[in-house]
Amino acid sequence: MLLAATTAAVLMLLQQAPAEATDWDAEFGVEVKERDPVTGELPVDPYEQSNANAGAKPYDSAGLAADFGGREGIARIAARTIELSEADPRIAAIFEAHDTVRLKRTLGEQFCYLLGAGCDYSGRDMKTAHAEMGVTKADMNALVENLQTAMREAGVPFAAQNRLLAKLAPMSRDVVER
Amino acid sequence: MFTTFSSLAVLAAAANAPTPQIAYAPVLLEEPAAEAVSPAADEPLYPAIAPLDPAQATALGEDGANIPHVDVLEGGKLLLTNGVTTIEGSSGGGLARWATIGGRQMAGGIGLSAHVTGIELPDFGWRSYGVMAGFGDRLELSFARADFDTRDVGAALGIGQGYTFNVETFGAKVRLAGDLVYGDTWLPQIAVGIEHKRSRDGALVRAIGAKDSSGTDFTVSATKLFLARSLLVNATLRYTEANELGLLGFGSATHGYKLQFEGSLGYQLSRRAVIGAELRTKPDNLGLGDDNWMDVFAAYALTDNLTLTAAYVDLGSIATFSDQRGGFLSAQVAF
Repeated sequence: MLLAATTAAVLMLLQQAPAEATDWDAEFGVEVKERDPVTGELPVDPYEQSNANAGAKPYDSAGLAADFGGREGIARIAARTIELSEADPRIAAIFEAHDTVRLKRTLGEQFCYLLGAGCDYSGRDMKTAHAEMGVTKADMNALVENLQTAMREAGVPFAAQNRLLAKLAPMSRDVVER
Repeated sequence: MFTTFSSLAVLAAAANAPTPQIAYAPVLLEEPAAEAVSPAADEPLYPAIAPLDPAQATALGEDGANIPHVDVLEGGKLLLTNGVTTIEGSSGGGLARWATIGGRQMAGGIGLSAHVTGIELPDFGWRSYGVMAGFGDRLELSFARADFDTRDVGAALGIGQGYTFNVETFGAKVRLAGDLVYGDTWLPQIAVGIEHKRSRDGALVRAIGAKDSSGTDFTVSATKLFLARSLLVNATLRYTEANELGLLGFGSATHGYKLQFEGSLGYQLSRRAVIGAELRTKPDNLGLGDDNWMDVFAAYALTDNLTLTAAYVDLGSIATFSDQRGGFLSAQVAF
């Protein structure tokens, strides 16, 4: 017993303390991503950009885009949807590890493209973007409610709100995993 | 104790190589212990406690029943997507059964719902109330009791002033495929079900000409919310022999099961409000002029859990008393 304790103590003393300025990220191969100084977004692995990634064909209706307040209105609604979701205890955890700066932009582009408001979608396709996130239908419902809140706040007529949801609803096939 | 001692000792020996002190010598003889402390490089290291595989984590161990996590009364459905409650206690419109599953639960959850409905007609009064349980997005079980007050007609028919017919409905519905809101636009939510009904007026309904005092309806329903048009469309086929929903028994000497149709159209005004119309065909087994039923309705989700439905119903002729048009009011609480 005494010998064991002594040995343990000796072992501890024999250990070399790491140098003060050890770069642990480098030591363990952790890559530090720097936000882009202009856009504020984190870099992502390259992928093929295409409007087909938006997951649906766009509407061709000037009136519909106007109902959403045009490109600027749409961008605000997308950003607001993410803000509400980050503050929503039901789904906040999903967004915690996400670059929401980039998400706000790409979601805005997707809405803008689908509503025929003249944007190109530069994000990834829905299946890749949601891979291994384990999104449930309940999560999707929560996001829909937050989007509805954002659209209501922006004064979008309910029928127009539903037309955007009509484009998004079939994407549940690629988003909902369990 | 000795193992601990030897392990540490061996470590110390390794650290102090090359000359082990005499005190450590007996320990060095224990080769297996030494190997356990420093595994070979190609041997994988296992964590002390294996992480639980969710698929295998069961209440009774690996070979026992797999009891998944269940959210009871947690909710999560979009407003109104559990439908309101039909006069037979199923999730649906006021008159027509839908493919929707009652309760506000999501997959893996259990929901409960209860309703009361009243219909005021020129010659009759209808009261029904019931409870419903929903299991995930899969199964709905329901029970409802309807009381049909004949008021003055009772006296005129010689069955007694204010004679009240009673029928109890035990319902079950299983969703087979599709989703009311999500997924492919062309694929509606599809459900099959039964409604087993028991008239509490066996002797009387047989005297009127019914073959049985109990019977079972079989239903197939398809329901979809077409978001692009804010339009809910429902079609149900019901294979039934019920006379006036079973209030007047089932079948007759000459008529049995027939296929009937229930259709609903609803327009979503907001998250909380929907207006629409319904049609329900009914057989006329007793030759009393059983008419098709129609309604125009408005439903409003007052809160996430309380939905009120008001309708103007045209129930045609009931027990030879025609033009039975009136008001329908229903309240549903759902969790």
